[in-house]
Amino acid sequence: MIPILEVRNIHKQYANHIALRDVSFEIKPQSIFGLLGPNGAGKTSLIRIINQITGPDSGEILLNGHKLSVNHIDEIGYLPEERGLYKKMAVGEQALYLAQLKGLKKAEAKEKLKHWFKKFEIEAWWDKKIEELSKGMQQKVQFIVTVLHEPKLLILDEPFSGFDPINAQLIKKEILELREKGSTIIFSTHNMGSVEELCDDIALINKSEKILDGSVKDIRKNYKSNTFKISFKGNLIGFTNALWAGAEILEKSSDEQTHTLVVKLLGQNKPNDLLQAVLSHAEIISFNEIIPSMNDIFISVVENKTTLNTQSSFTE
Amino acid sequence: MNKLLLIIQREYFSRVKKKSFIIMTILGPILMAGLMIVPVWLAMRDKTEHNILVIDHSGLFIDKLPNSTEIKFHYSDEPIQNAKQKLSAGNFDLIMEISREAINEFKTSPILYYKKQPGLSTEEYISNNIENILFDYRLQGDSIDVSKIRNARRPVKLLTIKVSETGKDEKTNTEINMAIGFFCAIAIYFMIFLYGSQVMRGVIEEKTNRIVEVIVSSVKPFQLMLGKIIGVALVGLTQFILWIVLTLIISTTVNSVLFKDQIADTMKQNSQMEKVMKDDLGANVQKMEKVNSPNEVIELFNNVNNLNFAKIIACFAFYFLFGYLLYAALFAAVGSAVDSESDTQQFILPITIPLILSFIIAQSVVADPDSTMAQFFSIFPLTSPIVMMVRLPFDLPIWELALSMIFLVLGFLFFTWLAGKIYRTGILMYGKKVTWKELGKWIFYKS
Repeated sequence: MIPILEVRNIHKQYANHIALRDVSFEIKPQSIFGLLGPNGAGKTSLIRIINQITGPDSGEILLNGHKLSVNHIDEIGYLPEERGLYKKMAVGEQALYLAQLKGLKKAEAKEKLKHWFKKFEIEAWWDKKIEELSKGMQQKVQFIVTVLHEPKLLILDEPFSGFDPINAQLIKKEILELREKGSTIIFSTHNMGSVEELCDDIALINKSEKILDGSVKDIRKNYKSNTFKISFKGNLIGFTNALWAGAEILEKSSDEQTHTLVVKLLGQNKPNDLLQAVLSHAEIISFNEIIPSMNDIFISVVENKTTLNTQSSFTE
Repeated sequence: MNKLLLIIQREYFSRVKKKSFIIMTILGPILMAGLMIVPVWLAMRDKTEHNILVIDHSGLFIDKLPNSTEIKFHYSDEPIQNAKQKLSAGNFDLIMEISREAINEFKTSPILYYKKQPGLSTEEYISNNIENILFDYRLQGDSIDVSKIRNARRPVKLLTIKVSETGKDEKTNTEINMAIGFFCAIAIYFMIFLYGSQVMRGVIEEKTNRIVEVIVSSVKPFQLMLGKIIGVALVGLTQFILWIVLTLIISTTVNSVLFKDQIADTMKQNSQMEKVMKDDLGANVQKMEKVNSPNEVIELFNNVNNLNFAKIIACFAFYFLFGYLLYAALFAAVGSAVDSESDTQQFILPITIPLILSFIIAQSVVADPDSTMAQFFSIFPLTSPIVMMVRLPFDLPIWELALSMIFLVLGFLFFTWLAGKIYRTGILMYGKKVTWKELGKWIFYKS
């Protein structure tokens, strides 16, 4: 399968600093791809290069196997993080203008807009000025404008900012629907929860370099650190004594009769070894493996720790 | 549809539909028409009829003061107290008392009594006539022939005639040349400022709205900049044409409605005067001066035709267009480099300096249109749109004009290219105080 987007050895330098250093990755068609990284890592620079707003110093980008060119502009939809609309312009007029800039014919654009406005139940806004709308309403209009021309590649930079949970859910649904219809989505965000929820694959950029990429599933599996959470009733001291040789206790908590421990298995020990050692001391209530969250992986990778510190993760 | 065309369209219609545009378009001609009409109206306003009772103790002025359409003199020898009562009764507007010694005093001071202060022109009319009568009287006293003196004093008006290549004589008029040149220069100066800063504000608006990144993902930054500049140029053109048309309509209707009678009157008077003039040239200096004015107007219009109007209009259009385009690109670059309008000061200054400078230079160019300085600045692209318009009416070599135009077009291309470089980096740069050094770096970024 030809990747829809191929980023090959992109290098970009501004006067004083390097924005991107030899960045490469591929994006499968009809997938949601998370482009992650701390602030100032170079994500926006990369997105702008994909949008042909700026060009790379070296390296190339292929869209559907063809070198990126002016003809591709209409096949890409871009929702920038820093976004806005003309405040004094009417909603409908403005949406028509932006759609035409993306190569749609006026009549066609109008028809599509009517459809989307109906879908989002915002038909009444057509003649309103943007400045009369609330922030969330503006974001809705902006989202429609971004996806209206049915781009093959959709780049969404923090698409949920400014939305209340209900509207965020609506947008999430639309994003998934767009993928079903054949679009590929590059999704850039700092909200790791939505990355786990939506993304098929990710690339993590830190200090201008790609430091991690792959499918979300694989990455989370790879970052497992043999850590388990175990809850039981019984004698805590006897229990910990039985454990000591094969495992390290990372965290303890107790309420009334129930104790919960987070333990990391040492050496070649398997979960069964641990259970056998403690079975006679306590009544096990639950036992499960802790799979690291994307949030933990993000922090750990960016802070350059080889092993994952799972002390904070009681979520799984 | 072509994307540049779309941008031009939006920039044009979003401005033309604005309330402020409509208000300015309507208000402008009213103000201009006002400037043309109010002085005429003011001049006519004072033409209420004055009846003046003259009590002349000297006896010299009785029945000698000439009546005009507005001012009528009546004579009486009653005591001043009685006369004052007539003033109160409203029989007369003014009472003038001339003392017995008026003839001999070094400085004659007749006294004017009034209830309602007369206008300056009325007072002037009275004192002028008294002066004239005294002048005649004293000369006669010295037995000097007054008519000889009158004949000796004739007004002088230079008539300048240009001998053209073809050997045909052309009347020219330095004053009208200067006026037209200056008017064009002022128009260009204001248009550049007015619409240049509109371009700048538009760029800042797009930047602060954060819409610019959405748009430049669809079109090239340069296209967006060019679209804005051209769109605003069309707005300026629309406004200019509307102003001229509306001003003409307003001033002609107001003139014909308000001053219909006066105009007819003046025409009649003029024809009479001309007759008088033919009969007795130079018999009366005052009449002579009056006769001069309508002729002068006709003369002026003749000269305007001789100025080769087509050439002036064509050059005006050219220098306005390219001058605006050049400066608008610079204004756009400034707009892209800042985050808000209040930050523009430090970058605006270098743009306004050549504009203001060219205005100062223009004034000395009028005095000496062929100086080296005039030549240089009418060719230098940043100053030529204004300086050349002032020089143009003073026939200059065709190669200088051509050179100036070529340099302006080259300057426009160069500065637009330069501005484009700054613009495409600037519009995506937020929350950063930009320095001159940084602007310089942007120019050399690879796109």
